[in-house]
Amino acid sequence: MSPSYNNNSIFAPWNDPKEKPLIEFKNVTKNFGSFTAIDNQSINIYEREFFSILGPSGCGKTTMMRMLGGFEIPTEGDILLDGQSITNIPPHKRPVNMMFQSYALFPHMNVEKNIAFGLKQEGMPKDQINDRVEEMINLVQLQQFAKRKPSQLSGGQRQRVALARSLAKKPKLLLLDEPLGALDKKLREETQFELMNIQESLGMTFVIVTHDQEEAMTVSSRIAVMDHGKIIQVESPADIYEKPNSRYIADFLGDVNIFEGKVASANDDAIQLEWAEGQEKLQMEASQPAKIGDSNWLAVRPEKISISKEKPIDADNILKGKIWDIGYTGNISVYHVQLPNGMTIKAQEVNRRRLANRELTWEDDVWISWRKTAGTHLVK
Amino acid sequence: MQSSKSLKEWIVIAIPYLWLLALFLIPFIIVFKMSLSDYVVARPPYTPTINLAEGWQSIKDAFAAFDFENYVFLSEDDLYIKSYLNSLKIASISTFLTLLIGYPIAYGIARANSSLRSLLLMLVILPFWTSFLIRVYAWIGILKNEGLLNLLFLKLGITDAPIQMINTDFAVYVGIVYSYLPFMILPLYASLEKLDGSLIEAATDLGSTPTKAFWQITFPLSMPGIVAGCFLVFIPAVGEFVIPDLLGSNSTLMIGKTLWTEFFSNRDWTVASAVAVILLLFLIVPIVLFQKHQEREGANL
Ligand SMILES: Nc1ncnc2c1ncn2[C@@H]1O[C@H](COP(=O)(O)OP(=O)(O)OP(=O)(O)O)[C@@H](O)[C@H]1O
Ligand SMILES: [Mg+2]
Repeated sequence: MSPSYNNNSIFAPWNDPKEKPLIEFKNVTKNFGSFTAIDNQSINIYEREFFSILGPSGCGKTTMMRMLGGFEIPTEGDILLDGQSITNIPPHKRPVNMMFQSYALFPHMNVEKNIAFGLKQEGMPKDQINDRVEEMINLVQLQQFAKRKPSQLSGGQRQRVALARSLAKKPKLLLLDEPLGALDKKLREETQFELMNIQESLGMTFVIVTHDQEEAMTVSSRIAVMDHGKIIQVESPADIYEKPNSRYIADFLGDVNIFEGKVASANDDAIQLEWAEGQEKLQMEASQPAKIGDSNWLAVRPEKISISKEKPIDADNILKGKIWDIGYTGNISVYHVQLPNGMTIKAQEVNRRRLANRELTWEDDVWISWRKTAGTHLVK
Repeated sequence: MQSSKSLKEWIVIAIPYLWLLALFLIPFIIVFKMSLSDYVVARPPYTPTINLAEGWQSIKDAFAAFDFENYVFLSEDDLYIKSYLNSLKIASISTFLTLLIGYPIAYGIARANSSLRSLLLMLVILPFWTSFLIRVYAWIGILKNEGLLNLLFLKLGITDAPIQMINTDFAVYVGIVYSYLPFMILPLYASLEKLDGSLIEAATDLGSTPTKAFWQITFPLSMPGIVAGCFLVFIPAVGEFVIPDLLGSNSTLMIGKTLWTEFFSNRDWTVASAVAVILLLFLIVPIVLFQKHQEREGANL
């Protein structure tokens, strides 16, 4: 997990009260029979955003998209596009295109015809259609397959056709339901950057569902994390990673160590957490006011934790432990350090040296440490 | 690797061939032989007859007596050509009408929710539980001058005098469309039911109206069902005898009726056989086309 910090942090229309959102969900609820798939949710999505929706399977991501596309009508609440309610506008009248999770390619049409379908509907002249189709086919690198039917393509190729078809009309708002899941890593990364280019150069707004956190971190302006029909947090990638608002978010995005304890002292923005008998209290900065005796949590990312053989002197939180396991993934190693109370902490180090030259190994007694600004104080 | 088939495997392979041999090829040869024979007032009403007890000589004599006289006769009297053409016409129009009526029904069943769906399918198949003959007879009761429909029309004041419906071509179309409708609905249903609903969503998402989406997506994708249904209705409808006989007029020429008259009224088995052989030749084209189509569909799965 390597969060990329947005260089052009100027783009943050959600922080600007003067900006009008492109899409507004207003207290939207969607029930399927007695089952509530989306539970009274409100969000704003702004023009030119690359908005990602993350969440476990079945949490309601596709349902959100389908309501934007017009395939599901909210049971309650309203959806606005450009300030106009679109709740009752049928799909073919919405300036929105969707890439379906199941691709939904037309089996009786070849790749070209599939991509041209939307363009034909709007009566674009033939030569322009041909140009656009060619452009899209080049984009998704399917030149050799233009005349094939979907049944003659691999899963990844089909996914690219579906992507090209949904992009072909260059809609104002594009909905992508897991657009890159079936692609290999290299092609996925290439396509990610292509998508970002297209989105930027055409000034489109993308809403994308993905299971790949790294992808969401790379491409998104903001990420919404959902659970059981509720949006738990919406933030920029850096903020949602660095300032999760709950254990759920901290745990969902990347690796995290979570210490549970009672607030032992709380003055201004400094909190001490009493977390295990005989252990020193943990220092952290308050994310919000806390009362002494409250059950609170401290979340620390593995890469924020240093590991050393000698006791560090300048850290705010220092714990002693024993290396129990080492996870080696090439560029980094994750050390699983067992504390005296049995809890295992993950600490991550970049492998600057070759494996054989590393000084830490199994069963070593080590010190782990981090600064009080490195952890996140959580109250839920 | 050389693998020789066991006796059991041979039997399994042979059964369908034996079936065809006994129930199709042998009867066909008998009919064909009869069509080459000459009519006589005798029992059986044709000559030559082959007496296998007399051995090879009898067969040789018979072959010497065979000729195509009956076929020449068929081409000379335009009654037969008219019957063939009229049968093709009636079968084509009925097939088209059956498609027109069957498609919305099949579509409706395929779109119905799953608990209702099996009930609706049951209703489509239900008429098979009563005899075909009785169902056609029932239509006489509905269509005749003092029948249910005319009674209703008179009651409602739509007409003052009964409308002649029985013993017309109209009644024949009603009978054929009614009787063969399930053969249209079932294959149509099978192909419409397979259709992935998200395809329609994708089409409307890309700007196609629901009507256009039907013609661009649903209709072409249900083509296998349309073709299968049309063949299943057209092929038996061409040779249909009971329906034109019971519901049609004397002037309703259909080859099945002509054949029956030839066989039972005129007792001319030889001409009747020739009529049957020609009918079979007519139907071989659509049957082979249908087979090809089914194979292609099978290969596409
Ligand atoms: N048409 C429907 N009828 C009944 N329940 C539905 C329907 N569509 C979705 N659901 C339910 O709503 C919930 C959310 O579904 P949704 O497809 O939005 O999940 P998702 O977040 O996209 O999951 P995944 O990551 O697996 O695609 C699921 O529990 C699903 O079973
Ligand atoms: Mg989904």
